[in-house]
Amino acid sequence: MNPVRLTGRAAIGLARMVGRVAIFAGRGLARAGAHPSELARQVLHIGWLSLPVVGLTALFTGAALALQIHSGGERFQASDVVPAIVAIGMVRELGPVLGGLMVAARVASAIAAELGTMRVTEQIDALVTLSTDPVGWLVSPRLWAAILCVPVLVGVGDVIGIMGGWLIGVNVLGFNSAVYIANSWAFLEGWDVVSGLIKGAAFGLIVALSGCWFGMTTGGGAAGVGRATTSAVVAASVGILAANFVLTGLFF
Amino acid sequence: MLSVRGLVKSYGPKQVLQGVDLDLEAGESLVVIGGSGTGKSVLLRCILGLEAADAGAILWQGAPLAGQRARFMDGFGMLFQHAALFDSLPVWRNVAFRLLRDMPRARARAIAIEKLARVGLGPEVADLYPAALSGGMRKRAGLARAIAADPRVIFFDEPTTGLDPIRAATINDLIRGIVDETGASAITITHDMSSVRAIADRVALLDRGRMRWQGSVAQMDSAEDGYLRDFVAGRARPMARGLP
Repeated sequence: MNPVRLTGRAAIGLARMVGRVAIFAGRGLARAGAHPSELARQVLHIGWLSLPVVGLTALFTGAALALQIHSGGERFQASDVVPAIVAIGMVRELGPVLGGLMVAARVASAIAAELGTMRVTEQIDALVTLSTDPVGWLVSPRLWAAILCVPVLVGVGDVIGIMGGWLIGVNVLGFNSAVYIANSWAFLEGWDVVSGLIKGAAFGLIVALSGCWFGMTTGGGAAGVGRATTSAVVAASVGILAANFVLTGLFF
Repeated sequence: MLSVRGLVKSYGPKQVLQGVDLDLEAGESLVVIGGSGTGKSVLLRCILGLEAADAGAILWQGAPLAGQRARFMDGFGMLFQHAALFDSLPVWRNVAFRLLRDMPRARARAIAIEKLARVGLGPEVADLYPAALSGGMRKRAGLARAIAADPRVIFFDEPTTGLDPIRAATINDLIRGIVDETGASAITITHDMSSVRAIADRVALLDRGRMRWQGSVAQMDSAEDGYLRDFVAGRARPMARGLP
């Protein structure tokens, strides 16, 4: 086939897909507050139940970061920067990205599997026959729960990550506890924190949107649910990394 | 009451419905039969608005259904092939799902338990989740959900699929009883001839996307149509005849 035609067809297909997903997201976001009890249930599932995995990830990442920066900093007599670099690194970059990726692994797959199973077992059709909009009932609460919860998870992860650095700094690297904490705060600016939280909200949207889109468009029985789950995690993870690059470029 | 005129539906090059005509009278139990892949479920999905037809019209009380979809949706119940209960909700909330929009929780729960009793499920089932129910109980809970809002039309999609003969007969009796008691109209999609005999006032045979034959159960038993006779008797036909 003519390569120009092939490229054009692929571009049109991509544009059509992006348009469909954007309309789907818009419909979901527009139905905010339609089902508050469902929103509360999703806040529990997406936010509260993700806390352990995000906290543990942040703890080990902060601890490893402290060791790495101390080791690297020693090469040019700058190991004192450990508290500041750990704090800035966690808050601006690692907290949002790793938190987002962990939520993607846990939540995007769960949403896609749940909605995909509902699709292939006709539960979504049943919603329609019960005069209930599936987007309002299923998609909107998940989108809003993720947008609201992931920044909170990122904020908690930031604090735990800095604590992980502090634990290593004080107990392994010989830092004075008060000095470590003071240096962690001294170089941290408000925008560092806010930008990380904004990233968290964007990543939350990406995670829930991936799960909902692939779940709601599932076809082909159990194998289709498996494909939807994999696609949701892959799309959410790549989306988070790409969005992180774009947002970092915009913010800094 | 409900009329289908010239309904056409294609998936890619395959035309599944090729101009289907169908009428449902008030209080009538119509059973649509036909082999696998002949378009029965697609016909039902088009009537319910789950699929958009390519051509044709669906009329509800003489007017196009498209313009009064919301009113129609509030006036019908549907039993899905595998019940399609919501896994995340207890049985009573499944049954009361539509009621909870318009009435207090306690009243909706009371009606749900009453409807569960109507289909032979005790109040101890109300707080269980669907995963804890057997296939027959799920089907009955689905039936309770279908009749919860006292619909004027009830749709049944393969109501006895996957059930043993005794449970299938129980479901057939429940459907017939509910239709007789409530005066609701019913459209049942099935290829189970025991369901046809238990439920139907009138039978319609769909064959390769077209309505091939319609009549009463007595007329069905004495019909001259060879395909219908083979279908009713469960006789094998050569693949060359185009059976999917």
